[in-house]
Amino acid sequence: MRVNFTVNGRPQEADDVWEGESLLYVLRERLGLPGSKNACEQGECGSCTVRLDGVPVCSCLVAAGQVEGRDVVTVEGLADYAKQRAEHGGCASGACGTSLDEAQQWQAKGTDSQTGEGTELSPIQQAFIDAGAVQCGFCTPGLLVAADEMLERNPNPTDADIREALSGNLCRCTGYEKIMDAVRLAAARQGEAV
Amino acid sequence: MDFLRPASWEEALAAKAEHPTAVPIAGGTDVMVEINFDHRRPEYLLDLNRVGDLYEWEVGEESVRLGASVPYTKIMDNLRAELPGLALASHTVASPQIRNRGGVGGNLGTASPAGDAHPALLAAGAEVEVASAARGTRLIPIDDFYTGVKRNALQPDELIRAVHIKKADGPQQYSKVGTRNAMVIAVCAFGLALHPETRTVRTGIGSAAPTPVRAKAAEEFLNAALEEGGFWDNGKIITPSVAKQFADLCSAACNPIDDVRGTASYRRHAVGVMARRTLTWTWESYRGTRRASEGAA
Repeated sequence: MRVNFTVNGRPQEADDVWEGESLLYVLRERLGLPGSKNACEQGECGSCTVRLDGVPVCSCLVAAGQVEGRDVVTVEGLADYAKQRAEHGGCASGACGTSLDEAQQWQAKGTDSQTGEGTELSPIQQAFIDAGAVQCGFCTPGLLVAADEMLERNPNPTDADIREALSGNLCRCTGYEKIMDAVRLAAARQGEAV
Repeated sequence: MDFLRPASWEEALAAKAEHPTAVPIAGGTDVMVEINFDHRRPEYLLDLNRVGDLYEWEVGEESVRLGASVPYTKIMDNLRAELPGLALASHTVASPQIRNRGGVGGNLGTASPAGDAHPALLAAGAEVEVASAARGTRLIPIDDFYTGVKRNALQPDELIRAVHIKKADGPQQYSKVGTRNAMVIAVCAFGLALHPETRTVRTGIGSAAPTPVRAKAAEEFLNAALEEGGFWDNGKIITPSVAKQFADLCSAACNPIDDVRGTASYRRHAVGVMARRTLTWTWESYRGTRRASEGAA
């Protein structure tokens, strides 16, 4: 079947979608957006977290057909999404967003301590780099999407709020301390900017 | 596989009547796991995301009519006063991502003995509203709904429309045992509701029998003990021996198995502990509200 939906602010069309396929599979294999990670396939790990009509969900548990006509934001579009939110309170015109081509080529350039320099990052992405919250990086996209949504909803989170918001995202490297630091840092910077 | 996409409740019922083997999918948090792991290849997936009615709830005089697909997040945010037990149970479901998608209708449809909502529904008192194109709507009392391990009283052409849950008339509590706070299937769970209006207590036990069950002997014992001692009127602390007997009877209501999550004897023990604790918590809360209302008078 064919599925038409919005990805990172731009209309997309996925063809030859199998009826039992997940949104995650469509994003990764049909649209070439591998930012959302495939790990547990049962909603336990949060690596595949995306926003579906603004709400964080595990894309591995959304049937592809269920996203017809709906709005998805992936980690590849997070920088633009956060920018639009900061500048215009969201994308009203429909002219913003991240094209599929841009999204497919997205990378945090530099593979050393300069990672992220020269690339436009969302505040939460920059905070993850600055706080050293990325180790192997596999859980990072899901954590970024979940953390960004929490900061949108709750600009001054307590540690308990952060732990709660990220309780559906597993990380096997960091022990979470640096991730907590990163979210606190992003919240503090967000507060300063206002 | 065919993907059926009804735009309304009537269309959904018609599709289910035409294809009784169709598997309904709403939040997908159970169904998609089975498909991802190739445990299930339904001929038809019946997507209920487009049926807006299922995402609404109405607060009535006596009860809340909770649409089958209302996500747990919304229950926690909006119905904590009316349905405190279910709100607490909702908060123990998996993770924010799952609570944003999953709802009570799916929990009932799957009818896993470990489903988090069941003990809260049993304790509060509820009826499941189901419908079919051929026979219309019927209400199934929650006590008759669970018929076996992952089996329920639904007919093949029926879908769950809503759950009618009695509004709390007293304190309710919910307790769940797991290896960590988030993302756990219950080792066992316990729900307790005080109903001061009828001077009764109701319970719900999860994951400690082939189906979710009430501890009816324990309820009867406690109802009689509270009545005899005049506890509802005098608001005294529950006698430790009464609490212990209640806990023992709750343990005895279990019919658990050994599995990867825990042993049968641990489950029996833990249900007793949770029964005693939730009784203490709810009773203290009841005594507190009594004192407050007496003080105001």
